[in-house]
Amino acid sequence: MTTAQPVVQMTGISIEFPGVKALQDVDFRLLAGEVHALIGENGAGKSTLIKALTGVYRIDSGTILVDGAPRVFSGPAHAQKAGISTVYQEINLCENLSVAENIMLGHEPRRRRGIDWPAMRRQAAEQLAQLGLEIDPGSMLGAHSLAVQQLVAICRAMVVEARVLILDEPTSSLDSEEVAQLFRVMRSLREQGVAILFVTHFIEQIYEISDRTTILRNGLLVGEYLTTELPRLELVSKMIGKSLEVLEKLEEAPKRTTAHAAGDTPLLQAVGLGRRGSVQPFDLELYRGEVVGLAGLLGSGRTELARLLYGADRSDAGHLELNGEPTRLRSPRVAMSHDISFSSEHRKAEGLVADLTVRENIMLGLQADRGWARRIPRKRADEVVAKYVELLGIRPPNPEAVVSNLSGGNQQKVLLARWLATVPKILILDEPTRGIDVGAKAEIQALIASLAAEGMSVVFISAELEEVLRLSHRIAVMRDRKKVAELVNSEDVGMDEVLELIASGKATP
Amino acid sequence: MSIVRHRLFWPLAALVVLIAANTIKAPNFIRIRLVDGHLFGALIDILRTSAPLLLVAVGMTLVIATRGIDLSVGAVVAISGAVALTFIGSSSDPTSLGTVGVAVGIALALACVLGIWNGFLVSVLGIQPIIATLILMVAGRGIAMLVTNGFIVTVNSAPYKTIGSGFLLSMPVPVLIAGVVFAVVAVLTRRTALGMLIESVGINPEASRLAGVRARSIIWTVYALTALFAGIAGLIASAEVMAADANNVGLFIELDAILAVVIGGTSLAGGKFSLGGTLVGVLVIKTLVLSVTILGIPPSVTPLFKAIVVIAVVVMQSPIVRTKFAARRRATAPVAVEVAA
Repeated sequence: MTTAQPVVQMTGISIEFPGVKALQDVDFRLLAGEVHALIGENGAGKSTLIKALTGVYRIDSGTILVDGAPRVFSGPAHAQKAGISTVYQEINLCENLSVAENIMLGHEPRRRRGIDWPAMRRQAAEQLAQLGLEIDPGSMLGAHSLAVQQLVAICRAMVVEARVLILDEPTSSLDSEEVAQLFRVMRSLREQGVAILFVTHFIEQIYEISDRTTILRNGLLVGEYLTTELPRLELVSKMIGKSLEVLEKLEEAPKRTTAHAAGDTPLLQAVGLGRRGSVQPFDLELYRGEVVGLAGLLGSGRTELARLLYGADRSDAGHLELNGEPTRLRSPRVAMSHDISFSSEHRKAEGLVADLTVRENIMLGLQADRGWARRIPRKRADEVVAKYVELLGIRPPNPEAVVSNLSGGNQQKVLLARWLATVPKILILDEPTRGIDVGAKAEIQALIASLAAEGMSVVFISAELEEVLRLSHRIAVMRDRKKVAELVNSEDVGMDEVLELIASGKATP
Repeated sequence: MSIVRHRLFWPLAALVVLIAANTIKAPNFIRIRLVDGHLFGALIDILRTSAPLLLVAVGMTLVIATRGIDLSVGAVVAISGAVALTFIGSSSDPTSLGTVGVAVGIALALACVLGIWNGFLVSVLGIQPIIATLILMVAGRGIAMLVTNGFIVTVNSAPYKTIGSGFLLSMPVPVLIAGVVFAVVAVLTRRTALGMLIESVGINPEASRLAGVRARSIIWTVYALTALFAGIAGLIASAEVMAADANNVGLFIELDAILAVVIGGTSLAGGKFSLGGTLVGVLVIKTLVLSVTILGIPPSVTPLFKAIVVIAVVVMQSPIVRTKFAARRRATAPVAVEVAA
């Protein structure tokens, strides 16, 4: 198998966007009849690599060989003609058309006048049968579950006799039964000699289905491995970066241990709190002045857990207690009235209001809390804004600057300033240091530590494990949408222990 | 050159050009006379006929800023006039100030209720604004017909007539009413936090929700206000002619209002809004209408003339044309370097 010529061979691919090196000198190959997992954290370059292959992005340097011949595609349609089909995470199908129409759209068999409908239905049925799917071609697509729609999307991708099938996170919204069905289809395609590129965030799925694994990090190739020869622990540490030894050396800062006495009532306590399809029921306690870190990979449920604590999503299992009082957080407003703040990881979509100024963005939380009628006096607003611009070093230090013109790191600081300005008792930070430079990162970490020392309770989420280990009193480990463990941080809790938990869900024996 | 980049430059330029063209054709156009303590003249006429449209457009500006739209304002104009005139017509003393006061109260209260209905559909049930308000747009004239029993109601009531064609402090009453409402809304949105919260909801609803903004009540309030203003516009429109014509009063006023908002530079995608821009937009539209008669343009090509002016303004304001202009200036003056923040 390894001696055969690869169907796709990408060599030395580099792509640069303004200010960002999205891919640097990345090699990638796909063999016929294999499932090849492409993995990496956010911003690693997975989607960029796929888009480079299918011609969505122009590559700045490097070569793409398909069947040994150099090819440059002008777009996904062009790539599809050459036998490279892509199924995206969000299903791009028409819910109001029938399954057969969706499968055959663009490839309808034609007669002299218009479409040959019976032939179309017959061909669609054949395609479905080839994948071993029992779906009525005449039924409306919208009537089916997401999983079935996903399978129809794959079926549609195979209509053009694809030899390469790209599946971009197809399992992120499927339950385990549906994933099993998807995998059956993938296996049967593999036996037919199709090369499958599979992007996923679920570790178990990588080991269940993939033959080989390519890991990307920050736009660089980490390596290509036979999946069976890559231990879970190594996979995770390669994804997150830095070898274990180096990581341990980094932890020179004194470790922080539990900050509360035995008999204290937790400030916040989740009891069996959960939400179907988002995060499985979990218990979590948060004491005054404590930092609880959430460790886990992207998609492990760490964000979903945080959203439940803020009322951004409503829970459908368990309950929440604040100071021992059962409390229902129906909306973010209710959470805010209990002095809880939440800074989302999606800075643009869920954080900042792009066209407003730095001052307006910082004051938004405080002003929303007061209601529209009582405007915060300009003088007070200027004081608050000046304080946080100074404290966080926001550049440019101009409150009238439109926030969308700031750099990513400064936008993050503006968002942080908004929540600090509300002086919360509980601060939930989802990836507060993503995309900002090392200096600013250290400043924000120091700030969080000093806020906690002053009595603020913090839930801290970060993809960077070292950060979580440095700041947290306790660490909750998330894996595949489930809280799998909780550690009290101390000198003898190391990177490897947490990595092991993330990788296998079990503590080292 | 920076004056050209101001977003009100082109609408204002259009207004000035129209007034200049009219003045060249008919030198009297620019004259304002004081007769019996009342101001008269073409410019005053423009202000007077602008009043109902300005009232409607001010509300429309707020609705559009929240990413919404309100198609039902024309229907609310018809209902409000029909209710007020029918009440006055059926009362025993149509000329008493009390009767007129009650009629105005009932009409505006009903307008508010209709706005609350729109707001409920949009903010609570989450129906798309264009669909939600289309319901009342279609049904509203039916309601007005029901109120007037299908007749064009005419009445005689001096106090009510004042609303449409009276004078106060030398100015036409409709101009004063619209001016006061405009000033109140400007103060309400810019001196309180309402304007900023409306913009924040319009730009990024999810971020606003997570920041604790009461998006629902803000959107609801905006629709209620819009209908209230449309109700006031309906009173003025019916008082001008002292007749409630359920089929024709306020016809297409929603489209003119949307046009005025767009000419004023507020994006239909929501977010940043400009009440001053809307005022200029309204004046441009109404000056256009008057220009048609003064410039002697045949009525059959009037819509075309209107369309050409509007297209010109909107094209000049479009982001692509603005960037092109900016790029050309930068080419001629290479010293001015854009500083990226």
